Amino acid sequence: MRVLYFGVLKDAFGRGDEEMVLAEGASVADLITACRGRYAGAGKIWDSMAVAVNQEYARAEMVLGEGDEVALLPPVSGG
Amino acid sequence: MRVEITDEVIAAEEIVAEIKAGEDGAVCVFDGIVRNNTRGRKTLYLDYEAYREMALEKMRGLADEAVERFGVREVALVHRLGRLVVGETSVLIVVASAHRGAAFEACRWLIDTLKKTVPIWKKEQFVDGAIWADGEPFPDEIAVAGPERQG
Repeated sequence: MRVLYFGVLKDAFGRGDEEMVLAEGASVADLITACRGRYAGAGKIWDSMAVAVNQEYARAEMVLGEGDEVALLPPVSGG
Repeated sequence: MRVEITDEVIAAEEIVAEIKAGEDGAVCVFDGIVRNNTRGRKTLYLDYEAYREMALEKMRGLADEAVERFGVREVALVHRLGRLVVGETSVLIVVASAHRGAAFEACRWLIDTLKKTVPIWKKEQFVDGAIWADGEPFPDEIAVAGPERQG
């Protein structure tokens, strides 16, 4: 699946997107756990973020598929 | 309905002028501009970025919902991305309606909801450093709680 990073997470990972392979049946929560292990610098972020799957806000228990576009979204600050 | 994400200067006066129609009694404009400081730190410029396709889709949804919810006639919603300096317009919201009450309410609801739900971020460049703006907490129906808070 394609994973996109925005805002502070984009800076933290040093890239805006990457391909990731997760186990069959992995959920949004599993993806967060996998990413969280690579960046401890903003603990707060992981508890206050949202995730979009194919450009629609998704719940933690949503199961991800191979062709999905998944975006990790820090709290938004537009306007 | 004019809903756009742009990399260019927002032509605020032009957009306001073209939205007006004979049946309107009120036009409410929210012109969001870059301030010269945040909590006393001097701002040089702001860099805006977005999850562009999703942000545009969410903005279209907000414009539709505003018309339905408040009964206003027409809405324009334009957000700019990229580097903006002090005084420049980052977001323009225009609401046209027969009566002022609905126009005020819809305009306020649009900016407040945009700031909580549309995937756009700004990085503030100060004289003495840069930070991603804290942002507004996501509403409960959008936020994904961290794994340790589940179950």
